[in-house]
Amino acid sequence: MEAFLISVLIAATPFLLAGLGELVAERSGVLNLGVEGMMLVGAVAAFAVTYTTGSAAAGMLAGAGAGAALAGLFAIVALGLLANQAATGLALTIFGVGASGLIGQGFVGQTIKPLQKLGIPGLTDTTALGRILLGHDVMVYLALALALAVGWFLNATRAGLMLRAIGDNPEGAHALGFHVVRVRTLATLFGGFCAGLGGAYLSLAYTPMWGENMTAGRGWIALALVVFATWRPGRLVAGAYLFATVTQLQFYGQDWGIRLPSQFLAMAPYLATIAALVIISRDVNLTKANAPAAIGRPFRAER
Amino acid sequence: MIRRTFLALGALALAGLAAQPAAAQDKLKVGFVYVGPIGDFGWTYQHDQGRLAIEQEFGDKVETTYVESVSEGPDAERVIRQLAASGHGLIFTTSFGFMDPTLKVAEQFPEVKFEHATGFKRAPNLSTYSARFYEGRHVIGTIAGHMTKTNKIGYIASVPIPEVVRGINAATLAARAVNPDVTTQVIWVNSWYDPGKEADAAKALIAQGADMLMQHTDSPAPVQVAAEAGIHAFGQASDMAKFGPKAQLTAIIDQWSPYYIERTRAVLDGTWKSEDSWKGLAAGEVVMAPYANMPDEVVAAAKAAEEAVASGAVHPFTGPIKDRDGTERIPAGTVADDGMLLGMNWFVEGVEGDLPQ
Repeated sequence: MEAFLISVLIAATPFLLAGLGELVAERSGVLNLGVEGMMLVGAVAAFAVTYTTGSAAAGMLAGAGAGAALAGLFAIVALGLLANQAATGLALTIFGVGASGLIGQGFVGQTIKPLQKLGIPGLTDTTALGRILLGHDVMVYLALALALAVGWFLNATRAGLMLRAIGDNPEGAHALGFHVVRVRTLATLFGGFCAGLGGAYLSLAYTPMWGENMTAGRGWIALALVVFATWRPGRLVAGAYLFATVTQLQFYGQDWGIRLPSQFLAMAPYLATIAALVIISRDVNLTKANAPAAIGRPFRAER
Repeated sequence: MIRRTFLALGALALAGLAAQPAAAQDKLKVGFVYVGPIGDFGWTYQHDQGRLAIEQEFGDKVETTYVESVSEGPDAERVIRQLAASGHGLIFTTSFGFMDPTLKVAEQFPEVKFEHATGFKRAPNLSTYSARFYEGRHVIGTIAGHMTKTNKIGYIASVPIPEVVRGINAATLAARAVNPDVTTQVIWVNSWYDPGKEADAAKALIAQGADMLMQHTDSPAPVQVAAEAGIHAFGQASDMAKFGPKAQLTAIIDQWSPYYIERTRAVLDGTWKSEDSWKGLAAGEVVMAPYANMPDEVVAAAKAAEEAVASGAVHPFTGPIKDRDGTERIPAGTVADDGMLLGMNWFVEGVEGDLPQ
């Protein structure tokens, strides 16, 4: 049970990081389907920099920066030139897969020291609770802190209110004098920053290595997670841990006598998303209240 | 991935246009179609090592090309046909799912030689080849039987096909021949390559008491997890010692170079014939990485097992062998024939975990 809970905490972290970034972008009205590509580029950049410099902190920054750089590309094409957001996002994923493979060619089969585990001596080692909650690397806690920060930002600050207004009604926000494209660009960059960080977590801590396509679909799960959470940070945290739990059940379930076909468990995260969507959609108010009304719609300032 | 295939196709088409007819006749062009990226450090990586070995062996008598990350669908046929049409004399297609596309293109280009890995459909200009990896599993099973203290082997399995089931059985039989109390716990990850899931499965197996990890997936993540947990593991496809210098006992290395060199030479000599090749330790197609992190007597036992299998003195599937339901599958005094090995869909006694059918 202890190992299971620890695995859940770790497996949830990349979902959480990438999901939070995408949530902020979508609340500003930007649908960026390039999460998988941004994660991969973040993963390879983080590994390359950590391998070269020996510094995990530099690697984390490089990963986040690389993710943001890719998001910047998206912002230029989709927000600046008003290209279709869904198509641009898909292209971004395809580009990210190829670019990360190219950058990573020289790093296949190399090793780095895993991201250091924190811990409070005396507490972390002696109790099960300490091992489960306290013995992780810094990014596990960073992801949770980020969730709190995003929740606070969206719900309790003027800037957050403005961002939401832009996501719901860009024309109105523009008429009030808000810089729609500028805010959306910043939100998109934040999304790329977080996705890159999520990728960096994979290549620095989860499995400290670089392998092509190592995200293996986690970016898509993060996208599903945002919808699953009905665009609310609190629910996104819960969703990330739920998805991670279901993923880990695939591996621990057999030992506990849960005799489900492993293929079923493998598809369970996606089933959970669909099920949650159906349940949530039955209550129209629940979804409408949070779904950004102008999501995916290009905005051109009229005057 | 689709984008990269297009790019590769474009590059191939350009190369075909640019090549002088004279140059094409001088050199044998050898083409490779890979299912994954050469950066997987596993299956495709090892095939690409074989391609490089051809270049090294024959120098400017050959020219090699590869197309990576080709999905096992309609794309594959286009890629293979493009290679055949652009003057390649020998084409290796290195995944099971390329079987029908390869056959189709082979029929259209009778003068081009084709080699398909792990399949069973042949033609006058289409050979098949694979390697007896289960012989390596016999060796690592022997080592695990000696080394385990918890009597539990953890086995990270990819997908339930005979190739994988055969490996699990071979390792379990060998381990239990050394130590009858050993059991093998299997977890399926339903993927050949997902470092995160492979690591998760490894952790789950360790939590269930396994102190030996075996894998039939391609990333070095399980070896890394074993190193962190302070237990032992066996590498897969490539030597993964780098990822766990204290953890890896040995690795089963896919060594395609001897076969690829032999077949290329056969085409150059004009002696190439369509055949089915399934070789193992003896031919050097399955190679054990250096034995490490074990006492000398276990090294000796491992080497003895390796030699016995290579010389043919021992067959990893020698009866009597019962499946785990108690049905006798291989009677005493006989060994499994290749037909049985290729269709194996049952677990031997001592294997725990589901076998999805």
